[in-house]
Amino acid sequence: MTATTPVKPEKVRVKTPGSMALKRFLRHRLAVVGLILLGIIVLLVVFGPLIARFGPDEIDLLNRNQPPSGAHWLGTDPTGRDIFARTLSAGRVSLMVGLFSTLVSVVVGTTLGALAGYFGGWVDNVIMRFVDVVMTFPSIVVLLTLAAIVGPGIDKTIIIIGLLGWPLAARLVRAKLLSVRELDFISAATALGANDRRILLKHALPNVVDVLVVFVSLGVASAILTEAGLSFLGLGVQPPQASWGNLLSSAREINILEAYVWQWMPAGLLIILTVLATNFLGDGLRDALDPKAKQ
Amino acid sequence: MGLYTLRRLLISIPLLLVISAVVFTLLQFTPGDPLDAYIPPDQVLSAEQRQILKTDLGLDQSKPVQYFKWLGRAVQGDLGYRIKNGQPVIEELGRRLPPTLLLMGLGMTVGVTLGIFFGIVAAVKRYTLLDNTLTFLAFLGISTPAFLAGLLGMYVFALKLGWFPAGGYQTPGDGGVMDILRHLILPAMILSVTYIAILMRYTRSSILEVLFQDFVRTASAKGVPSYRVISKHVLRNALIPVVTVIGANVANLIGGAVFLESIFSWPGTGQLYLDAIDSRDYPMIMGTTLMLAIIILLANLITDLMYGLIDPRIRYS
Repeated sequence: MTATTPVKPEKVRVKTPGSMALKRFLRHRLAVVGLILLGIIVLLVVFGPLIARFGPDEIDLLNRNQPPSGAHWLGTDPTGRDIFARTLSAGRVSLMVGLFSTLVSVVVGTTLGALAGYFGGWVDNVIMRFVDVVMTFPSIVVLLTLAAIVGPGIDKTIIIIGLLGWPLAARLVRAKLLSVRELDFISAATALGANDRRILLKHALPNVVDVLVVFVSLGVASAILTEAGLSFLGLGVQPPQASWGNLLSSAREINILEAYVWQWMPAGLLIILTVLATNFLGDGLRDALDPKAKQ
Repeated sequence: MGLYTLRRLLISIPLLLVISAVVFTLLQFTPGDPLDAYIPPDQVLSAEQRQILKTDLGLDQSKPVQYFKWLGRAVQGDLGYRIKNGQPVIEELGRRLPPTLLLMGLGMTVGVTLGIFFGIVAAVKRYTLLDNTLTFLAFLGISTPAFLAGLLGMYVFALKLGWFPAGGYQTPGDGGVMDILRHLILPAMILSVTYIAILMRYTRSSILEVLFQDFVRTASAKGVPSYRVISKHVLRNALIPVVTVIGANVANLIGGAVFLESIFSWPGTGQLYLDAIDSRDYPMIMGTTLMLAIIILLANLITDLMYGLIDPRIRYS
């Protein structure tokens, strides 16, 4: 004990909720695969214009219905447009519709769910009965009927899908807030004189973020499917703007379905892959963020 | 049980009213004169005649009054006339319902049977390669929308392999039971895919939850053979919540049927509905909307009743 070696402060590994969640997520192999897959698809779709050798709307009447080749990697459609470029451009629209319509659901659902969960009483009753009614609604029927009335278009599609998806978000947020509002730090904030608005926005709502993250990932998956279905029927995104759904719509003609596989198959496979990846991701996020929830 | 049934029945009435009110409200946003829905398109009426009919139908009164009059007519089956061909909407609906019920019935039966079966297999063989494969396939199933499964199924099984006819209800000039069945199988199988996937996942997790409870261990400990533990002790308890899932997904089934009928030219309600949407045939659209909503509501009601029937604990709640 002659010289005092300076004791290096040992790095303490603190287990924060975040790091524990990350660990649970990484253990979920399919979720990691989903994340990587989704990353690749997003990159491909976003940088599509740089990769593709043709514009998505470039008509080339001399090269109609060409099978895949060195020039046109996925062939061309009945007006000679490059399928590869169109599929990527369609992907931008489909992902955007999926994301934005889910955000519409999140905003509406969180607002109503937060009011219901935080204030309780008759506010809760009115809002939740409303949610019940919307949830028992045959959404596909209402969706198609609404779409038929308001007409097609990207913005309208986003709003229609968003307005049908919010009840689940409202339920999740409400359930979370019901338990959060009984916790001590809320009482502490009340005791310190914070008003409802401040407590709700600063103290209570940050706790619903994990629930919402899960909702968004699973919601985007189902919104992409809904958009595809609507556009497939010609009620969602309209040509010339391509979307994965309306690219598939050409396959309603049996000769295109049979003879020109490259015209519809890529969009179909991308829908399946994207939704599969998003579902894997959402499943993993749920296990990671909300370990108690059953599937 | 009687009281429970009665209460469930009564609860669905206000819901039906709300749905009809929504349909009526949507009707108000459709372009054109609502009166035209009640005039067969081949008839030309003079201005006075139109006015008389308008008063007769109550279309000159306030919206709430109009709603109740509309509801009164709807209850008696008067949903107006198709704009497209002047047929009464209700008759068209009646004609197109049986093929849809056939398609949905087979799709649901196959879906429920296979879904529960694979769910049991996956749970019993949990964490093995078989379980992982089934779970992956289930994910694939819920990630594939019905119309895409329809296109792929038609491409592979009808166009490439030629195992099934590529759509239609019957071969002209034939139309026997076997012929219809041959046309029915492919769309019905494809319709069942989503159901299989959802039910498999749900059954699996529901069984896993029951599997580790004390009474199961007790049964095993006293020497009950494992297949009996599964069939008598575990399934009895695990399948109760599965019934709810079956009912809750009838709406999905209808959605799938709408798309598949269109792809396979199956002459059912779904195809009728899409035709109506394509030609903006609003009386037809609204009639179908109302009917599909009622079917879904009935499905929910039946589920609730089944639930009370198979789970004795719920009876007096």
